[in-house]
Amino acid sequence: MKNRIILTVITVLALLPAIPLFLILFQLLKEGLSSLSLDFFLHLPAPPGEPGGGIANALVGTLIIVGLAVLIGVPVSILAGIYLSEYGRHGKLSETIRVCADVLQGVPSIVIGIVAYAWVVKPMGHFSALSGSVALALMMIPVVVRTTEEVLRLVPDILREAALALGVPYWRTVLKVVLPTGMVGVSTGILIAVARIAGETAPLLFTAFGNQFLTLNPLEPMSALPLVIFNYAMSPYEDWWRQAWGASLVLVFMVLGLNIVSRILARKIAGEK
Amino acid sequence: MKVPYPIFRTEDLCAYYGDFMAIKHVTVSIPEHQVTAVMGPSGCGKTTFIRCLNRLHELLPGARITGKIYLRDEDILELDPIIVRRRVGMVFQRPNPFPTMTIYENVLAGYKLLGIRLKREEADRIVEDALRKAALWDEVKDVLHRRGTFLSGGQQQRLCIARALAVNPEVLLMDEPTSALDPKATLQIENLIVELKNTVTIVIVTHNMPQAGRISDYTAFFYMGELIEFGPTAEVFTNPKDPRTEEYLTGKFS
Repeated sequence: MKNRIILTVITVLALLPAIPLFLILFQLLKEGLSSLSLDFFLHLPAPPGEPGGGIANALVGTLIIVGLAVLIGVPVSILAGIYLSEYGRHGKLSETIRVCADVLQGVPSIVIGIVAYAWVVKPMGHFSALSGSVALALMMIPVVVRTTEEVLRLVPDILREAALALGVPYWRTVLKVVLPTGMVGVSTGILIAVARIAGETAPLLFTAFGNQFLTLNPLEPMSALPLVIFNYAMSPYEDWWRQAWGASLVLVFMVLGLNIVSRILARKIAGEK
Repeated sequence: MKVPYPIFRTEDLCAYYGDFMAIKHVTVSIPEHQVTAVMGPSGCGKTTFIRCLNRLHELLPGARITGKIYLRDEDILELDPIIVRRRVGMVFQRPNPFPTMTIYENVLAGYKLLGIRLKREEADRIVEDALRKAALWDEVKDVLHRRGTFLSGGQQQRLCIARALAVNPEVLLMDEPTSALDPKATLQIENLIVELKNTVTIVIVTHNMPQAGRISDYTAFFYMGELIEFGPTAEVFTNPKDPRTEEYLTGKFS
């Protein structure tokens, strides 16, 4: 009897953390669903105060800014992860890199934004998507470095030895055996990092800045979903508030989708073991 | 009795893990085209010994080797380890086919991983040849383009043997190759080893005394890092010179 009571209490308490997620999804669907239409995805924003318009520029902008961040951040991160796992596993340099990555991960995103402003926006003289990508790349690097390291460490040593015993040099063993064997895990890490940065707003406020028009040029200011949500929610127009909810709904489902895909990949790795 | 040419010859070979001396002053000649069994109790240094012969030992942090190891009169410690490992193949305790590669690619791994390009016909010929030598061809010839990891443990181990043979090594080192396999798969590998000695010299670490008796021509007996007995297997087994060998063979310790 006592067992039963405690089990019930614990089950109820365990469900508590799941409740906010469902409340958020409920709120987003309630407020945002009415904004969703084909036009919302395909049209540019209407002039202030006028009804209608869409977030096509922000969707394209998010894809470009995040895509560029991946191009900047991922190669560096994978190389660093390879170094940590395959070369200096126990060295002092590795320990330093690990600590730096952990600290970088803890730097508030607004600070990252200011730094990207100083590094890219100031010298260029204007806001740009590129500066936003640099800020987001800084945010994803520590995540990808550490997951790459952890995943590559899981690659069994007997595979490295198998390659080495065939007379394969170490660097080729790393690139052609270790990395491909851990590739699914590395991709999972990248997806998790992308999901994390796709919704970041603070680093974009004074880098990508936002743009009412569609642009594909990464050297110009560019819109992104979080920026649209921020700007529209702060506006005095009721129609924009509604669209901010719509954009939030789109953003959350994007991130949710990325999370689900990365979970499926992670399960695939677990299944192969 | 004609004494075979010694393909491997060590002189005062010592191997260390940091300060620990795992192999102590071993001087031995390993005859060509024979199967040499390396035996001894756990921790006696038998695996370390064969890992010196293809210079895998020195990859571990803190590990080093002193002395001389001659492969056909060339000191391998003076050679590029990459070249040594091309000439001295290895099969490990647990089958370790590359999980991202097909059976076909696994056999060619010794070429592909080095970036050596082969013509289609040549690649096909090497794969068939190596798989036939490893007595695996008939079982896998229709599934060459499936992953090697789908095979049974015994088949995977023969795939690893094929992979090692594909680059035409002069010596094949085997580190307890059957210890992870069932009796049937073990028997297949034993038969294979006896056949292979016509093309390649085999040095096999084994824990299994009957196995050493069945397949080996020579036996090296290690104890606490020292080579205490070496000779034709029949002699070592029936008339051991060192009391420690006799004690091991009669099961006094293991």
